[in-house]
Amino acid sequence: MVNRVMETNKFKIQAKDIHAYYGTHHVIKGIDMDIKPNSVTAFIGPSGCGKSTFLRLINRMNDYIEGFTKTGDILLDDKNIYASNVQVEQLRKEVGMVFQKPNPFPKSIFENVTYGLKIQGITNKSDLEETAERSLRQAALWEEVKDDLKKSALALSGGQQQRLCIARTLAVEPSVILMDEPASALDPISTAKIEELIFELKEKYTIIIVTHNMQQASRVSDRTAFFYMGELIEYGKTKQIFLNPKKEKTENYISGRFG
Amino acid sequence: MKRGEKIIEGVLFLCALITILTTVGIIWVLLKESISFFTEVSVFDFLTDKEWTPLFSDKHFGILPLLSGTLLTTVVAIVVALPLGLTIAIYLNEYAPKSFRKVVKPLLEILAAIPTVVYGFFALIVVTPFLQSIFPGLSGFNALSPGIVMGIMIVPFISSLSEDALAAVPSSLREASYGLGATKLQTSFKVLIPAASSGIISSVILALSRAIGETMIVAIAAGQQPRLTLDPTVPIETITAFIVQVSLGDVPHGSLEYKTIFAAGLTLFVFTLILNNVSFYVNRRYKLKYD
Repeated sequence: MVNRVMETNKFKIQAKDIHAYYGTHHVIKGIDMDIKPNSVTAFIGPSGCGKSTFLRLINRMNDYIEGFTKTGDILLDDKNIYASNVQVEQLRKEVGMVFQKPNPFPKSIFENVTYGLKIQGITNKSDLEETAERSLRQAALWEEVKDDLKKSALALSGGQQQRLCIARTLAVEPSVILMDEPASALDPISTAKIEELIFELKEKYTIIIVTHNMQQASRVSDRTAFFYMGELIEYGKTKQIFLNPKKEKTENYISGRFG
Repeated sequence: MKRGEKIIEGVLFLCALITILTTVGIIWVLLKESISFFTEVSVFDFLTDKEWTPLFSDKHFGILPLLSGTLLTTVVAIVVALPLGLTIAIYLNEYAPKSFRKVVKPLLEILAAIPTVVYGFFALIVVTPFLQSIFPGLSGFNALSPGIVMGIMIVPFISSLSEDALAAVPSSLREASYGLGATKLQTSFKVLIPAASSGIISSVILALSRAIGETMIVAIAAGQQPRLTLDPTVPIETITAFIVQVSLGDVPHGSLEYKTIFAAGLTLFVFTLILNNVSFYVNRRYKLKYD
């Protein structure tokens, strides 16, 4: 049994021959990718290369976009997340997401952190309080907000808001966290805090981060995937991608010759 | 400045002035006639007397029966329109495909464009007999039937404006909610409606003002019997219906009976003015909060 679990957990996420379209616009052109558990994977590439679209396929966030279609499968813990018996709400509890712009609800800090639990029907006050504290601590925000959890989340700074959004995601205990340029709207100090956080979260979670910031990718990630024009050009250990890229396009991009 | 520019500026100013002067004129006439009414009838009697019989020989001038009539039809209307309108708004915004929404929204708005006299006869000739087959005790004239029909008429006020308000909620909030595993319904009720509350409340207030001021439907189908009651099954009279009744009747110009319509009109005006201001206040307050 133990062996079997070890075996099946070899890859957390496996994408198999993914094609995606907005209407007739072919945005992802046959991508295969395996992602190991408890790792940080960075998606890099110029704007419009399909990296965000690909990221959003992993928690089926593109489902509601009109005209969006895809072929191919994505396996999470060896189970096809696009199978007809999969409840998309259940999937999104397993695969959390942090967005580019901090998007706290116009509610209190406490209500923000506990939103995911409340929609699952959890109303026990001590449970909610416990989870709120745990998640806010994990997101390195607890010390800053513990005395005014009732304050509106919109009164926080941008960096604090983004950490609140991370805490909110952690509260539902996902195993995968998708981050779509989580620090692009933040100042350098807040960015550093988020990066530190990603490093710590890796112990418990599988993290995928889309970023336009090469330094950020090289600092936080174990593996890096370079996307270009809807194709996965190169995917490997971050060190190798940045120090010794195999493809010319990758080298040109990371050395800043285009993008 | 060029002369042409100046002329245009003057014309624009004149246009603005006309609307302001009209409003001022209306308020002036309302106030003048009302003041002259209140020199003959005390304000206290007007507000507390439980009977309204200005056209009878035993005259009473209590506005309460007319107010209760207006309140009754308005409450019935909003009880019909709010759940219906909000459900439609949520459906159109969150569930319906874009193409469907584009067709249905303007179609719904036609409801508000149907002449109210048509609604009035619809209430009297179709809805009342139908309701009577369910509630045999219902009078031929009553508050229920025109209230329901009025409710249907104001549905597009609520559905359209609420849908606009829901659509204006940043999609980032929607995605945040979905991303945490919320269903569409949970997202609608826990995130979108609270975030759009200012727009939704204004839409309801607008619909309320429309219902309070509605004249034709209630004049035709609610009866003309001022009665202090909260029973929707008996004939009543609303403020607006009374004004119509007197305006169309042969009450001598300048008489006390004639002046009653201005006092009634002033009461109506005060109510809609208050509602408008509440709507304005709500809008501004919540906008500041969420921006």
